[in-house]
Amino acid sequence: MDGVVQLQRQLLDYTTQLFQEGFLNDQFTQLQQLQDETNPDFVVEVVSLFFEDSERLLNELANTLDQQSIDFRKVDSHVHQLKGSSSSIGAQRVQNVCIAFRNFCDAQNTEGCLKCLQQVKNEYALVKNKLETLFQLEQQILAAGGSIPM
Amino acid sequence: MDAASSSSANDMMVMDYGDEPHVLAVDDNLIDRKLIEKLLKNFSCRVTTAENGLRALEYLGLGDNQQTSHKASVSKVNLIITDYCMPGMTGYELLKRVKQSSILKEVPVVIMSSENIPTRINKCLEEGAQMFMLKPLKQSDVKKLRCYLKHRS
Repeated sequence: MDGVVQLQRQLLDYTTQLFQEGFLNDQFTQLQQLQDETNPDFVVEVVSLFFEDSERLLNELANTLDQQSIDFRKVDSHVHQLKGSSSSIGAQRVQNVCIAFRNFCDAQNTEGCLKCLQQVKNEYALVKNKLETLFQLEQQILAAGGSIPM
Repeated sequence: MDAASSSSANDMMVMDYGDEPHVLAVDDNLIDRKLIEKLLKNFSCRVTTAENGLRALEYLGLGDNQQTSHKASVSKVNLIITDYCMPGMTGYELLKRVKQSSILKEVPVVIMSSENIPTRINKCLEEGAQMFMLKPLKQSDVKKLRCYLKHRS
């Protein structure tokens, strides 16, 4: 059982770090609190939807910004969606870049938008990696017969 | 607050769905739909989701091509919660359509938005929205809706 305790401690430390570094905020905790026996995979399901949806939006953004004549309303619409989803799961750093991104859209600033696109891609990749690690830790704990500490 | 105050045979048929309050949640964002659904289900609500205003109206029987039959004398839902910013029909426009309907005008409508814009909020409240909520929604927000979710009896 020592192994389980170690893993649980590791998970708690890792999660705390993610909050401290601003990758996640309280909204993520809200998601965890919603999970229950009737829906034990709720967090993973929502986050998976977030991954799929974000990847789609990032591709759309790249395409839209690649056009000769950029449709900034379309760009803004995609960023608005991404801002919404990231906010709903507590992916704070992604959300923050989206806020800056929308300002550049309003100003029809192509260079600013392209920079933000790169930034948001980076932040998305980071938070995806962190969340996948977190879920893996949870799986290890469950596999070792332990429960997820809250 | 009862959505249906008359007691006819039709009312009894609709109420056979059970005691759970029935909420229609409208949002174009998939993640938000999943979140609001879980939040409401955790408060013992039956939830129907719609991805835009038109689909919501169709579900409610207010679609442009639908004829109001005498069966639609009561509302299917106890509460409508809708996002404000949606492509096509906004939550505000949906609110107006609901309030214009003799069948649905008593159904409380709650508007959600990620943006805290006072003119937007006032506009919705003036049009008859029960409440305005800032996204992202939390459990404490849904708790506030409980007064609108009394069982039909």
